[in-house]
Amino acid sequence: MGPAETLFSNYIPVLLATIVGFILVLSALLGARLLAPFSREREKSTTYECGMLPIQRSATNVGMRFYLYAILFVIFDVEAVFIFPWAVSFMTLGAQAYWLMVAFIAILALGLGYAWKKGALQWR
Amino acid sequence: MPEGLFGLNPWLDGLIRLLLIVGLMTVVAMGLIYIERKVLGRFHARVGPQRTGPFGLLQSVADALKLIGKEDLRPRNADPWTFEFGPYLVFIPIFMGFVVQPFMADFNVRVLDLGILYFVAVSSVSIVGWVMAGWGSDNRYAMIGGMRAAAQAISYELPFVLSLLAVSMLSGTLNINEIVLAQWQVPNIVWQPLAFVIFFIAALAELNRPPFDIPVGESEVVGGPFVEYSGIRWSMFFLGEYASLFIMSILISAVFLGGYVWPFGQELGIGFQLLLTVIKASLLIFLIIWVRASVPRLRIDQLMGYAWKILVPLALVQILVNGFVLVYDLPMPILTVVGLGGIALLSWLTERAIRKPRAARASAIALQSEAAS
Repeated sequence: MGPAETLFSNYIPVLLATIVGFILVLSALLGARLLAPFSREREKSTTYECGMLPIQRSATNVGMRFYLYAILFVIFDVEAVFIFPWAVSFMTLGAQAYWLMVAFIAILALGLGYAWKKGALQWR
Repeated sequence: MPEGLFGLNPWLDGLIRLLLIVGLMTVVAMGLIYIERKVLGRFHARVGPQRTGPFGLLQSVADALKLIGKEDLRPRNADPWTFEFGPYLVFIPIFMGFVVQPFMADFNVRVLDLGILYFVAVSSVSIVGWVMAGWGSDNRYAMIGGMRAAAQAISYELPFVLSLLAVSMLSGTLNINEIVLAQWQVPNIVWQPLAFVIFFIAALAELNRPPFDIPVGESEVVGGPFVEYSGIRWSMFFLGEYASLFIMSILISAVFLGGYVWPFGQELGIGFQLLLTVIKASLLIFLIIWVRASVPRLRIDQLMGYAWKILVPLALVQILVNGFVLVYDLPMPILTVVGLGGIALLSWLTERAIRKPRAARASAIALQSEAAS
């Protein structure tokens, strides 16, 4: 069997796990549909709040700070993805590859230091 | 092609293994709920569940039956699609994480060469489900909880990934089973104590376990994204939470504690291998419950600062030190010494952050003056 087919057959369980997980949740929900009582009332389906009706829909404003962290996360997660292949093969690549990675991480560390200094890491 | 345990074609083989996992996961999750309540009860100087069945053993069964029989509400304002599909997106990725978990030498669903990358990728998808649940409920508490969950998950994803990378550098592979087999003499925790501590903390945050449970903090956001969910749909989140606790403890025991080979080597029978995995995972679960019982919940600024200012830099330093020692073929005990020094530094920084919350105070004063003006 060729490498491509081996790769494919390795990931069959992943596809199956997705399907089985979906069926699991679906069957639980269907089971509840059969067993659980249902009675529609107007008051019951209001949004939960401390004793009063909420004024607007909730999807209005979200703090800007969440986006700052999201941007930082994208930068550093891409970095982590770059480190993955290096971490597996740096022993065969030798010292030069190591110092290249040091430079790579140092540049990103500078970026982190800059964000830190600008106060992007401080939750306000 | 790696021949399956059941010697069948890969579809059927995978399906049988996954169905076994379904049974295992359900039983373990229910057991974990009981154990957590019992152990927490002991920590609180009470007995915990004791009325349902002998020693309260049937408590989880009673809970499950109650949850199935409860009405499944959907608020009128909720967005139907995101609200309905939130539980699916939380649960399915957690279930997919079982594919690479090494329980025994010959029983995992499938040995993937990129096991660690696969696990990291899949496990972070479920945060989409959290945000969907929070957004779709059309409830402010749920919305804030979902946003907090997203912020926390992406921040702690980095130390999580980087400390796993530090370990895979030692073994030179991303295949979890090969990492386990490489530890037959010395488990990775000896060489990588700092990576273990960072990974444990980040795993607590990824699991949304206390002290990192601000997305679901009852006293702040009354249950976070799940506030509008009831009955079986809520129990899907709950099942997912305990299943991921199970997965995470298996993963830590495999990657850091030598999984099923240390300390007796890989020639052991299946029963002993399973026993080793169970013992190590149970110790970790007990540790996680212990942390829940004794550490108060963090504030959100402490939470984000801890990940970005302390854990990420330390994890990067750990990777660089690993690379240096391995490339220049220095003696391995250097790694242990550096790691222990790193732990000392980490605890000093944590202690300092607790004792002198200077930045937090300054920002609080700034907020007050802003509000006054």
